[in-house]
Amino acid sequence: MKHMRPLNRKAKRIDQFVASLDEDVVALQNPGARPHVPMGCALSFSPGWEVDSGGGTAGLCQPVERDIYDCYVTCFWPAQVPDHLNNYPDWASKCAVATKDWRKLDLVYP
Amino acid sequence: MTATEARVYTPGEFKEFDAAGETFLYLVPAGAIFQLDETSRLVLDLVKQGMPHDQLVAALTEKGYSIGDAEEIVHELHMSRAIISADTKPEPVAEPPADFPLMTLVLNLTNQCNLSCQYCYEFGEDKVATPEGKPKFMDYETAKQSIDYLLASSGERETVHVTFFGGETLMNFPLLKQVVTYANETAAAQGRSIDFSLTTNATLLTPQIVEFLSENKIGVTVSMDGPPELHDKLRVFANGKGSYDIIAPRVRALIANHKTRPITCRVTLTNGVTDVVRIYRHLKDELGFHEIGFAPVTTSPDRLYAINEPGMHGVLKQFHILADEWLEYALRGEMHGFSNVSDTMAELYQGVNKSHPCGAGLGLVGVGPSGDIAPCHRFVDSDTHVLGHISTGMDKEKQQDFLGRGHINTKYDCHTCFARPLCAGGCHHEAYVRYGDTGHPNLHYCDWIREWTETCLKIYGTVSAKNPAFLEQFAERKAL
Repeated sequence: MKHMRPLNRKAKRIDQFVASLDEDVVALQNPGARPHVPMGCALSFSPGWEVDSGGGTAGLCQPVERDIYDCYVTCFWPAQVPDHLNNYPDWASKCAVATKDWRKLDLVYP
Repeated sequence: MTATEARVYTPGEFKEFDAAGETFLYLVPAGAIFQLDETSRLVLDLVKQGMPHDQLVAALTEKGYSIGDAEEIVHELHMSRAIISADTKPEPVAEPPADFPLMTLVLNLTNQCNLSCQYCYEFGEDKVATPEGKPKFMDYETAKQSIDYLLASSGERETVHVTFFGGETLMNFPLLKQVVTYANETAAAQGRSIDFSLTTNATLLTPQIVEFLSENKIGVTVSMDGPPELHDKLRVFANGKGSYDIIAPRVRALIANHKTRPITCRVTLTNGVTDVVRIYRHLKDELGFHEIGFAPVTTSPDRLYAINEPGMHGVLKQFHILADEWLEYALRGEMHGFSNVSDTMAELYQGVNKSHPCGAGLGLVGVGPSGDIAPCHRFVDSDTHVLGHISTGMDKEKQQDFLGRGHINTKYDCHTCFARPLCAGGCHHEAYVRYGDTGHPNLHYCDWIREWTETCLKIYGTVSAKNPAFLEQFAERKAL
């Protein structure tokens, strides 16, 4: 923990517990190796869908407009948003902050 | 508004204390000690009256923290339970497992004593023992069975402890020697070892006995109350004559010739024998004990030798003088001999959170000359408190009854006290003498325990801040 320094054994156990809440679960890997995180919203464990690791919902996809970039940039999802990679690279160029500028996102007509 | 944003935080259960210019938290339900920084102090300040998550994060961002940092600090404090919310589930102290392995056996080799200390719990007016018609000296067969019982009941432990006790332990020294030989052989055959200690009034120590104790690495605690004018007030022979002159040369010889273990002294404080600093100086500097521990006499408050409230206040004042000295030593990297601080430091280092005040009836039992099993040496030979017999083992029902009543969860008075992880209601025997129930919290010394616990927390905090390496040596010291 950054703001509470553990000074006895019990405090160190609490410190480890709190740290473990934010760690990736890495199974069957060499110590030190980073877990392989595949691209794609269904596989990357980015927050955004239900709840955070502590069971909370603050700071997730609120407002929902924030989700647009999870679909448009990091994970091409043709059913909901235009294709950023090939046909509509400038679709979101006028939308600097999704929570404020979401109205500038328009429909596209292929 | 989301559930998290609406979550209202309040301070968790902790004791906040300052030492060496820093602020610390003793998280009571865990027994954990943390040092706070400016940010965590700020959050604790903000939630004092209760504050919802979103307001708390907003208040922190106003102070210049980024939203990410603010969320992180709130998360840290919430998960460690420095701050709690309505959905924080309290975790009650767990029951110890039913097959808790035995660690220590106290063998009362005899219930006879050559002194007649007027305050003795064994023969004084408040005695719980009923030795009439029972053997006065333990025989070899009972002692052997006791060792076998200890080894069989101690699970996977590699080392177990045997403490020889009395009466006056050395009145049955021949048996002590036999037990050491038998116990060492039996344990070695199982690839295990036994650690020995004894408590004595030192009147019967001879050079041969000291040599045996040193050779066998037997730890020795001497019951002694200070310089002659204090010691001889109550620690007397049957004819009323004080015992100081008899034991002083023997203690000096013991300390000079027993080289394998530190020699400790245990002082009983009584009315008129409360000059803690003077007693400490005499025992430490003039006689040379390595460590000295003090405890007020266990007795009904009506006895003339009981220490009254102003008397206890004076004792605590003197404890503070020695505690300050202990801290000065610690900051220089030296160990001071005042056990009352050292023992508490060991418990704080581990972060103990006791279900019971001590191991009595759980990891420790006492066995009397008759072979009766008692919760500890203080209950030996008491028909009311017998938990079984060494030939038939522990009566699980009686053990459960004893442990159930002594459990912290049943001591409602303790549930709001920050000192409960260490105290857990205090000595079962003291409770029985005072209140007639081993499970009654010792309410007569609560204020004293709290003040002493806070003193020790401050010492711990100061040493953590200024000489943290010093605390490492408490890793191996027995706690609980």
